[in-house]
Formats: sequence, C-alpha cells, structure tokens
Amino acid sequence: MLYLRQILAIAGKDLRSELRSKETVNASLSFALVILLLFSFAFDPSAETVREISGGLLWLVFAFAGALVLNRSFAREQPNDCLDALIASPTSGAQLFLGKCLANFVLLMAVEMICVPVFGIFYNVAWTRRIGWLTVVFALGTWALTIIGTMFSALTVNLRLRELMLPILVYPMMIPALMGAIQLTTVLMTGAPPGPENQVWLRLLVGFDIIFTILGVGLVEIVLVG
Amino acid sequence: MAASAALHAVDVHDIWKYYGDFPALRGIELTVERGACLALLGRNGAGKTTLLRIIAGLSRPGKGTIHVLGEDARNKLTRRRIGVLGHAIGVYEELSALENLRYFGRLYGVADPTRTAIEWLERTGLANVRDGLVREFSRGMRQRLAVARTFLHDPALLLLDEPFTALDDRAIAVLQSLLRQAQGEGRSIVMSTHQLREALELATDVALINRGKLAFRGPRTQGMLDDPAWLYRNYGEA
Amino acid sequence: MREKLIYLFSAIAAVLLAWDLYRVFMVLPDEANQGAIYRIIYFHVPAAMTSLLGFFVAMVCSALYLITRNLRFDSVAAAVTEVGVVFAAVNLVTGSIWGRIIWGIWWTWDARLTSMLVCWLLYAGYLMLRRAIDEPTQRARLSAVLSIFAFVDVIIVWKSIEWWRTQHPGPVLSIRNGGGMAPGMESPLWWNVLAMALVATSLVLLRMRQEGIRREIDALRRYAHAL
Repeated sequence: MLYLRQILAIAGKDLRSELRSKETVNASLSFALVILLLFSFAFDPSAETVREISGGLLWLVFAFAGALVLNRSFAREQPNDCLDALIASPTSGAQLFLGKCLANFVLLMAVEMICVPVFGIFYNVAWTRRIGWLTVVFALGTWALTIIGTMFSALTVNLRLRELMLPILVYPMMIPALMGAIQLTTVLMTGAPPGPENQVWLRLLVGFDIIFTILGVGLVEIVLVG
Repeated sequence: MAASAALHAVDVHDIWKYYGDFPALRGIELTVERGACLALLGRNGAGKTTLLRIIAGLSRPGKGTIHVLGEDARNKLTRRRIGVLGHAIGVYEELSALENLRYFGRLYGVADPTRTAIEWLERTGLANVRDGLVREFSRGMRQRLAVARTFLHDPALLLLDEPFTALDDRAIAVLQSLLRQAQGEGRSIVMSTHQLREALELATDVALINRGKLAFRGPRTQGMLDDPAWLYRNYGEA
Repeated sequence: MREKLIYLFSAIAAVLLAWDLYRVFMVLPDEANQGAIYRIIYFHVPAAMTSLLGFFVAMVCSALYLITRNLRFDSVAAAVTEVGVVFAAVNLVTGSIWGRIIWGIWWTWDARLTSMLVCWLLYAGYLMLRRAIDEPTQRARLSAVLSIFAFVDVIIVWKSIEWWRTQHPGPVLSIRNGGGMAPGMESPLWWNVLAMALVATSLVLLRMRQEGIRREIDALRRYAHAL
C-alpha cells in the first residue's frame, strides 16, 4: 500500500544517496576500525580481559561511529531546502522518520557486520558460536541507537552546533539500551547462551525499542512541523 | 462555513503566527477562489513567506483556521494536490534529474513515476541531461528542474514563493508559460513576489501584507499593471 | 503578586531550613556505624527527591505546553528543570563526599548515585538545547519533546541500573539497617524534603519570571526590527 511504499521510497533514496558518495559510511567505518585497532594495540588485553570487555568495547565503538551516520540523516535534507519539499509532500512526519530509521539501521548494521570479524581477528574472539543470538542482540541494540539518533537528528537539524548537540543528547538517553546490549554481547562472545539471569536485559532492550519507537513516531510530526 | 470553504482554493480565517510573544501574522483573513491567481505582495519581513508556509502545511499557525482545497492544510489528500516552490530548489544535488523527479513522483503517488518524470524533463527542456547529477547543473537548469518537481504531480493549487527572483530568461519564460497554461486549465495559484511586472501580468487578484496584517485585498486592475508601485505607496507604509 | 509569593516561599523555606539545620547538627546524636558524616543524608536524599519531582513536573508541563501552546507552561518546564539539575548536582556532590568519607574514594558507582548522574546528564543536555535555540516558540516546542523523552528514559534508567547492581553488586550509600532508620532519626529527613521543596519552589518562581521577561525582550527586539 501507498503508506509503506512511501516509507520504502524515502529509505531507498537515503541509501542511494549514501552509496553513491559513501562519505559517511567510510568515515564511520574508518573511525570504528581505528578505535578497535588502537585499543588492541594500546592495552594488549589478555584473553581473560577481552572476555570481560568485549560487549562494552564493541558497543562503545558502534555508538561513537554510529553518531556520524545518524547526524547525517536529517542533515542531508538541508541543502536546497529539501526538508521542506519532503514535509510539504503527502507523507506524514512518521513516514519520513521511519523511512530514515530504516536507512540508518541498514547503514549501521553494515558497519557493525564489518567491525565484528575484524574484532574477532585482532582480539582472538570466536564470535560465531552464538551467531543467531548475536544477530538478534545486534539488531535490537542497533534499532535503539537508530531510533534515538534519528529522532534527535530531526530535533537538532536546524540548530547551530548540531554536530555537538547530537552526541550530547543521544548518549545519556541510550545508556539503558547500551547496558542491555553490552551485557548480552559480553555473554554471547564467551559462547554461552543468554541464560535466565540475562533475560532481563533482553526484555529491557525489547521494551526500550518499543517504547521509544512509539514515542518517536508520535512526536516527530511536532518536531518537524510545529 | 464548511460548504463555502470547499468552494475556495484557500480559506484563511483569523490566522495569527507567533514567534514567542511577537505576532508575525495578525488576524489574516483571506480567501482565494478556485482558478484564481493571487499575487501576494509585501516588503521583506512583512509575513508573505510565513503565510505561504502555513498554507503549504510547513508550519502551524498559533491561532485561527486554514482550509486548503476544502480541507486542513496538513491533510495528505490535500497535499497531494498542492505544488510548492520555495526559495530554494528542493532537489537533491547528489541525484540525477530523473532520479529526483522519480523520487518525488513516488512520494506524491503519481501513477507511473518514471514516465511522468521523463515527460516533465522534456517539458522543461532537460531531456538531454536527465541522467546528469544536479550538482553539475547550471543555475537555470536547476531552476527548471525545481519547476518540474513542482508541477509533475498535476497539482490543483500552486504555491510559489518569489518564483521569478533570480531566474534567468529561459527559466522565466518556461515558468510563465507553465503558469499561463495552468491558469487556463483552471488551477489556482498563490504567489508571493517582488517582481511586480511578471506577477501582475498573470494575477487575477492582489493582496498586500504589511507588518503581519492584510493591508489590501482586491482584484487586479489595469491601473496596477500601469503603475505597480501604487499599491506600495498607498498601503505599504504603516 | 508573584513577587510577594516568592518572598513568602523563601521566608518559610528559610525558617524551616534553619530549624532543620539546628536539629540535624545540634540535636541528633552521631550514628553508630558512620559517625558524624551520616548527617549528610539529610541533604543528600531530599535533594534527590526534589530533583526527581522537578523532572516529573517538567515533563507534565512540557506535555501541557504541547497541548495548549501556552508559553507559560514552557517557562515552568524550563525553570523546574534548571532547579532540578541544581538539586541533582547537590545530590551528586553530597554523595561524592559521603563516599569519600565512607569508602575513601571520590566516586562510587552506587546504583542511585549512578542513576542520578545519568539524569543530570540528560537534563544538562536539555539546558544546552535551550541555549542553542533563539526563537522562543521553536525553543519551547523542541525542548518540550526532549523533556518527555528524557523523563521516560529516567524511569528506564533507574530500573535498569538497579538490575545491573543486583547482578554486579557494589558499594551502597545508606544508613538503613534492615530497612529502617532508628526512630527519631527519620523525621528530620522528611522535614528537609519539605524545606528543599519550598526552596525549589521559590527558585522556580524566580526563574519563571526571568523567562517571561526574556520573552518580552525578544518580542520588543522583533518589533524594533520590523520598524
């Protein structure tokens, strides 16, 4: 139906634009890989240490590198007043928001899918043992980052100091989701399944995603139009 | 109220727009009949762009009601039938002319976006650069593409913010002919302008906004064509 | 009228605070395990409660602003958040001092202290956002949306850090022995909650007045530019 097709058109255009120049994805990926490599070099962590910090390291890297992608999300609509052209079109703010979330999610997952094998190599972690669960946790955590980041990209699009404001607003808000993703990823990286004591983190992630998706979809029209 | 509102292209009733405690628009009452062409005049900062943006559904008024083509300005079915041309061209630099038009065609629910896009590229003289990136276009080419974007979904109402400003001759000619044709087809037009000559030629009605208030509203007369500055002299100062 | 209210609240708050200070420092004996430092709880805990109450009121006023578009609600939300951030800072600083005396370190990832730190970061972001927007209506609208997001997050943050601390137990700042304080020690706490709430209210009223004047000046400037 038209509603869905419009969302996909918006997501498709964002992806097409990004894949043509690859500027943001390259910057994001380079940043992530450099941090991973530098960290390994600087701390040379033992296998024991790596087991404890794998989740934290990966998700901090994703959060920092992801900010570059998320900032660009609504910023790419600024030249030539394209944002006005979009808002004037027969699409709702929610469609615009979801379309961009979809595109950002794909880009972030792509960056993450490249980072994880690199991480596996340089830190000697066998990450494929729980790949099913890992994918689920990555998807949930990345969606949380996407929803919050895209929302605040819309909120800060017209402000000066936009590049500074976005991380300041996003990171504190992400803390519960990051905690959940970190706990689960650390467990999964050791090869263990998420046991009963980790169910609470899974539920936290799912709850976080649902609550903020609803809140975002509900409030984005106010942010974009008034 | 609803019945008569449905007959008008635009129905603005007691619109106020605030920036904090400062009223940028003060109690604007305005109707535009279907098929009319309204030239919206006023100094910079008078409120023309603010009013146009509200009609286009780009911002919300603080007080008052507005009906466009009989419905609320943010109504999707309404927006499908409005074409908006703002100060900037509203097309993406990194996409080609064809990709841009196809994208907006999809958003506006056009039946065959690709065919319609190609048609409009031909009508605006951009057929031979359809796969060129907008980034490489000259100014005139970009403006013509912007015009194509505005018209491609067959809008019943056109909202144009200073459309003749900074256009080259070819683009002005294209736009004028398209607007005349649109008028002939019974479409409604609201355009804000500083270019009195070009706008008044097309206009059937004239409105002047001064410091947020509607200072003059009436049909376009021959007198206005002969002496465009008359309006500003008589109604432009506070 | 508003000014008289401010004076009234400040006066009552000052009296109450003075009486509480007297009780806390002069009347109460030292606590069994912690010595004299435990008195800090009488400021540490009420500050937290006042701060969180403030953030809740801010969310409510933000929602009311978005519904009514009355800028006075925006003034309240901004004022209350600012005061909330100050009281959160009081909580953090007193917590830090307390931790230093008890545990010997300047910071401890006690569950409640950690949650309060996150709250402080969230609402410091809100204040920064407000600074970055000049136009009053846009400022009100965007910060209202942020305030709603922030408070929903506050609830999630407090719950999740609690869970984290049950899984990874760590230092706890408290003097509750098995769930309660010794009789006679508890009431000054609640009186101080009231005192702090009154101080907060007078600060909020003051700040609201400031916001209103600021809007007036902004409008006058726009009038001047329009001439």
